[in-house]
Amino acid sequence: MTLLEIDGVHVEHKPRGRDAVRAVVGVDLSVAPGQIVGLVGESGCGKSSLARVAAGLTPPSAGEVRYAGRPVTPLGWRRRAADQIGLQMVFQNPYASLNPRRAVGEQLLDGVPADVTGAARRNRIPELLERVGMPASAATRYPHQFSGGQRQRLAIARALAPQPRVIIADEPVTALDASSQAQVVNLLVGLVRELEMGMLFISHDLALVHEIADVTAVMYLGKIVETAPTRQLWAEPRHPYTRALIDAVPRISATPTLPTTLAGEVPDPANAPAGCRFAPRCPHAFDRCAEAPPTVQIGAGSVACWLNVPQPVHQ
Amino acid sequence: MGALLDIDRLAVALPGPRGPLPILHDVSLTVGEGELVGIAGESGCGKSITAQTVLGLLPPGATVTGSARFDGTELLNLDRKGWQRVRGAGIAMVFQDPSAALHPMLTVGRQLTEHMRVHLGVDRKAAKRRAIDLLDQVRLPDPERALDAYPHQFSGGMRQRVAIASALAAQPRLLIADEPTTALDVTVQAGILGLLDRLRRETGLAVAFITHDLGVLSALTARSYVFYAGRVVENGPTGALLTEPRHPYTAALLGARPHGGQSTATLTPIPGGPPAPGELPPGCAFSPRCTHVRDDCRTAVPPLLQAGPARETACVIRPELEAAA
Repeated sequence: MTLLEIDGVHVEHKPRGRDAVRAVVGVDLSVAPGQIVGLVGESGCGKSSLARVAAGLTPPSAGEVRYAGRPVTPLGWRRRAADQIGLQMVFQNPYASLNPRRAVGEQLLDGVPADVTGAARRNRIPELLERVGMPASAATRYPHQFSGGQRQRLAIARALAPQPRVIIADEPVTALDASSQAQVVNLLVGLVRELEMGMLFISHDLALVHEIADVTAVMYLGKIVETAPTRQLWAEPRHPYTRALIDAVPRISATPTLPTTLAGEVPDPANAPAGCRFAPRCPHAFDRCAEAPPTVQIGAGSVACWLNVPQPVHQ
Repeated sequence: MGALLDIDRLAVALPGPRGPLPILHDVSLTVGEGELVGIAGESGCGKSITAQTVLGLLPPGATVTGSARFDGTELLNLDRKGWQRVRGAGIAMVFQDPSAALHPMLTVGRQLTEHMRVHLGVDRKAAKRRAIDLLDQVRLPDPERALDAYPHQFSGGMRQRVAIASALAAQPRLLIADEPTTALDVTVQAGILGLLDRLRRETGLAVAFITHDLGVLSALTARSYVFYAGRVVENGPTGALLTEPRHPYTAALLGARPHGGQSTATLTPIPGGPPAPGELPPGCAFSPRCTHVRDDCRTAVPPLLQAGPARETACVIRPELEAAA
């Protein structure tokens, strides 16, 4: 069973006076209960555009996002429909996602469904704070009285208030220090396991995604180039871009080597290369790459690269 | 000892609302000619203040004791003229945010050639040639065209390469890089680490690389210092320091990072947070968060002592930790 289904989603941004930028080009992705799906890729590859569509913050220009079988309707200024309240998002910057002028407890209550009233409602505050490892006394304090890591935990408590079944976390620990990173990551993973939630975990930190994700999807210039169970993806990356990303992560060792450099720059999505989008930077590019590669299923994963299409199909 | 940069028992206090706030305590650190030295620790541990002291960028009212010598010249009592000679041509700096280091309204060419004309006294034509050469060295595509472009026309990674080219323009002997790759993608980071290593090999550039990423520390640097709460708690050859840490804080930092486990949240967070300056606990500043803590940790600040070849650590229980390992 899948909880969140992203089905053929396209996202276009239309800057004034310029050509439309196709930020996301036909992405399929699904998240099951109790599953962490990691989404990695370089900045500008469309990760955040996809996250915003997946959470229903912006409409896709084509395709559909379904939560628990029903299409997610983009929010605009309206409140989230009751049947979609289980889809929540945690943002990168906890300084911006909490209201600086309201006490923490009050903000947490915003997320508690209206039919929970009276003492049950008031009791939610200490429960939520305890879930994220914060003291009940935090309820009467304001966001500026907390450190970055604590604030991110409060933002997570806010996302947990409506008892979500899927959380979309867009770079949730990027702004934090190493030790608070570990605290917040452990918290998120613990919540997913314990509450059987699904999580789409978006990050440019491959090592971190390797550590926690069950499935990893790799995105390049708006397309998913490879998806596989995390262990398989790291042990046997099928796409040259996945390989390049893994090789670029600096590792600790007694006999260190410099990470491998990938040639070239990420092209401007407004004029992406025809055919395989990675071909201009790919060390293995050959003539077939002038054509867009099909996505082929390999074991539990899938990859879009001509190197993995066994027999060249003629005609 | 002829280290290029020789910091000796440096202490810095910044003015606070209730009197001077001690930020750095007794920091000694050297960077040799052509050496890549790493400086690691969490935010607020004094890494950047050390860099600012060496560049004379401390805020007014700061009190500084100890010594910081660059190529034999004492930096702590330099006047304006003296700093002008040291900055740029002696010591240059690269910051985390390249957009803050580059002037948004001047072309890249203008920003690169200005230093050269001031510090190297070359004419416009020669400066332009050298600017193109520098941009080529940092592997910026199409350097000639880049000279007429403005910083906003580049991506973050390219801007950081322009900032590095600009820092190198006046041929400094020491480059201080303060988290220069933290905001960048791993692929771009790999390029910049490769660039710094190549410059060191080819031109003998010395680099002090400040980072909180221990993977970067390992890949790039030969020798490292780990800072905690304004002190050096451990130093030594990077490989040995990261594979066999002698200070519990270094070990805890290593435990808090992903190391390729599987879906079970195997990160080991360090409990609590670093102390604020002016609120240091008595004795070892790491003791409240240390899993090996015992009574004598809280009585006196442990001194940095020899701990193996070319290594030092400031921990009273170190011998026992080693015996247990």
